[in-house]
Amino acid sequence: MNKTRYNKFRQIREILVKNSMFILTVISLVFALVIGTSLYFKSEPILEKQSIGTLLGGESWKPLKGEFGFYPFIMGTIWVTAISVLLSLPLCLLAAIYLSEYAHPYVKKVVYPMIDVLAGIPPVIYGVWGILVIVPFISEKLAPHFVEFSTGYSILAGGIVLAIMIIPLMISVFIEIFDSLPGGLREASLSLGATNWQTIKKVVLRKSFPGLAAAVVLAISRAFGETIAVLMVCGNVSEVPKSVFDPAYPLPALIANNYGEMMSIPLYDSALMLSALLLFVIILAFNAISRLVLNRIEKNFAL
Amino acid sequence: MIPNILRVEKFIDVSAEKLHVEKDSVDLAKANQILLSNKPHIRVRNLNVHLTKNHILKNVNLDIPDKAITCIIGPSGCGKTTLLKTFNRLLQNSPEVKIDGEVLVDGENVHGKNANIEEIRKKMGLLSQRPCPLPMSIFDNVAYGPRIHGIRRKRTLKLIVEKYLTEVGLWDEVKDRLKSPASRLSIGQQQRLCLARGLAVKPEILLGDEATSALDPISGKKIEELFLKLRDQYSIVLVTHTLRQAKRIADYVIFMYLGEVIEAGPAAEVLNNPKQKLTQEYLSGNFS
Repeated sequence: MNKTRYNKFRQIREILVKNSMFILTVISLVFALVIGTSLYFKSEPILEKQSIGTLLGGESWKPLKGEFGFYPFIMGTIWVTAISVLLSLPLCLLAAIYLSEYAHPYVKKVVYPMIDVLAGIPPVIYGVWGILVIVPFISEKLAPHFVEFSTGYSILAGGIVLAIMIIPLMISVFIEIFDSLPGGLREASLSLGATNWQTIKKVVLRKSFPGLAAAVVLAISRAFGETIAVLMVCGNVSEVPKSVFDPAYPLPALIANNYGEMMSIPLYDSALMLSALLLFVIILAFNAISRLVLNRIEKNFAL
Repeated sequence: MIPNILRVEKFIDVSAEKLHVEKDSVDLAKANQILLSNKPHIRVRNLNVHLTKNHILKNVNLDIPDKAITCIIGPSGCGKTTLLKTFNRLLQNSPEVKIDGEVLVDGENVHGKNANIEEIRKKMGLLSQRPCPLPMSIFDNVAYGPRIHGIRRKRTLKLIVEKYLTEVGLWDEVKDRLKSPASRLSIGQQQRLCLARGLAVKPEILLGDEATSALDPISGKKIEELFLKLRDQYSIVLVTHTLRQAKRIADYVIFMYLGEVIEAGPAAEVLNNPKQKLTQEYLSGNFS
């Protein structure tokens, strides 16, 4: 008798636990939906006044005249992100390969925690350091070789600072991926007489490619949204950049710089909400597309 | 073990120098209670392996005979797999692992300073406990070895793939889907694929680390039959948990216990007529 009651209690508890966890999961996902819809409703006024084409394609940003062109900001975001990924990806990949496949265990023991510490440094510190070191370096040493004049506050400075910020994140995710491969895989290749490098190139990288790609997508998403460090070194000029030495004005910086005065000018608040929505949509679309591509790759790659 | 007696005549015409070496090793082997009728292919001398503070292999002296099946038996944790991995240096060269002593393959010390690791490993095919197909197609799995050793011609590769897939009895099962991922094969087929992949680099030695223990009985039997078929061409070393497997296919048996070689010799002698008390107890199932 007692036993059946206990069993019933266990079953009820099972149902409770399962359902409550389901509800919590739904709640966490609902937030994304709520943010998206509220951004949409807030940006509706400007979408009613002006067509989406002129907003996205327009190059002039004059809130006082009611001109809101987002093109320079979108380009600024893409430029800075692209440069930071181009700079950090090869470095991270090779460093992660070295650490997980070649490095002496003592080196690993010292370096792994250091990378985690780097990942924990607040962005504003990277930003200040960028102003102190990267910006003068670009304006005094690098830019004179390529262009007539640059203040140093530029896409390149933003890209470099951002790259340095995502390096620890990317390396530690890459290492995690490499270390999670079954050890038998490397043994199988090595036992056939392959060198370490052959094994890495043909087996390790191949097997971990979907994971690596997912990690890069994650890093890019983070780079898209990074605000403060980029804002500090990018120059924040609302013009379409023509070279990497030109200043840029990424979307997150636009929001962060202007949210204080957005109530004083008509439609300004709506325009800023739209830029937030744009950022939101860009990141969502980017993630969705890369997910689709990754699925296809996994299917056709014979993994 | 009739096949061994038949095979003795192969070794009559060894050169004088080799005879000398062999006599030497036979003396050593006798001192360590190892009796060989085949000439040794792998010779282990005073091998000690430490992992951190654990003494995993204790002063191991062994001769692995050429062109025969040698089974290493013993309870779990006795160092069988570690011993096998010292043969092709798959024991990670990390500071935690300390290896002393010699493993001589064709007279060359595997753990010597100038040893060419890749060449040594190429000489030994490895079959692990769970089949581990590489993340590529069936064809590319078998062609992987030849490719990394520099064979590029498509025709040659095709011939190699067909030859070794046929050798392991997999060709008829997969010839229509050579391009599909190896991971879609059944686990038994995967293990035979791994064997074909190992054979494709033309090894002289096959190492098996409980190669049948993860397989269903029928697939396991197929692998065993393949070993029997291949023993005229390769020196086969198998770590095995199942005594019955050793009884079925071993020409030589090495019994290990707690990192030491307790007894080694022709299968008939060790399995039917063990000299050591520990071996007797293990064989009669008193511990496992």
